[in-house]
Amino acid sequence: MGHSRDDPRGALVRPYAVTRGRTEPTQAIAIEAVLVTSPHGLQEAQFTERDRRTIAMLCSERPQSMAEIAAYLGMPLGVGRVLVSDMVSAGILILHTTEDSGDLGQRIDVLERVLVGLRRL
Amino acid sequence: MYWKGYSLDFADSERSSAAPAGPITSAKIVIAGGFGVGKTTMVGAVSEITPLTTEAMMTVAGIGLDDPSKVPNKMTTTVAMDFGRITISQDLILYLFGTPGQTRFWFMWDEICRGAIGAVVLVDTRRVEDSFAPIDFFESRSIPYLVAVNCFDGAPYYEMEEIREALTINRNVPLLPCDARKRESAKQILIDVVRHALSLLHVERARASAGMS
Repeated sequence: MGHSRDDPRGALVRPYAVTRGRTEPTQAIAIEAVLVTSPHGLQEAQFTERDRRTIAMLCSERPQSMAEIAAYLGMPLGVGRVLVSDMVSAGILILHTTEDSGDLGQRIDVLERVLVGLRRL
Repeated sequence: MYWKGYSLDFADSERSSAAPAGPITSAKIVIAGGFGVGKTTMVGAVSEITPLTTEAMMTVAGIGLDDPSKVPNKMTTTVAMDFGRITISQDLILYLFGTPGQTRFWFMWDEICRGAIGAVVLVDTRRVEDSFAPIDFFESRSIPYLVAVNCFDGAPYYEMEEIREALTINRNVPLLPCDARKRESAKQILIDVVRHALSLLHVERARASAGMS
């Protein structure tokens, strides 16, 4: 999983220190994709490092998008994405689906619900 | 944007999660336009949270190259994008993403726009040409979009049809005036984007079922 020592990406980009130099997430996560802490995620996160604990706390309060997590933790999107994808793999976070992943009928349904919600604002 | 004032208190970590247990769907609408046209203002007018900023890093020397890691003396730059949130219901969240104003950050546009319901191109009548690039982008990616003319105080007034001609946009692209500072106006623009995107999906569905019979 880790990049080799002579891979320049880890060395040049200091913020990636929190991911031990890895810049590639284990899975694709859209900026608007929402994450929720799993039922046992908070407890499991207690034994990880600080950023992961903060993310687990944040996503247990209410669902948060990938972009919100990166913004609240003050880390670049790419760094946040590596951490979050690790936490999804570890079962601490649950990754939810985005509108565009549905079929045509499901997408029409979602858009109609968005429309109703916007009109209510 | 750093997030402060959050204490790490695990004393109550036994409590049940406040987040819903079932599936949640999220969607996004993109707000595009030139620098200073009011994108973040519009996001802030309807967002339930103060607009947040997230940053993406990019190797400057690597833009447009197949393998950026081969470039010596690279420099990294950060591109900021502002966004807001509207929780429609417990299981449906809408995000509003503003694009970076400078068009040299095109590489971020794919990331921001991929999978979007639709987009708003905000226009300042004093700098109509700033909206050419976003319009080209959404047309080339077949992303449903509308054009909203932000009515700045003191900006020259044009008829909507004059603006449509200046932008050379198709009749079927909605074009309307707005005030990005006003919640009701921003809300109406979002409603119009979703309606426009919905009508295109309905056409797609009709075509699909016609093809099957």
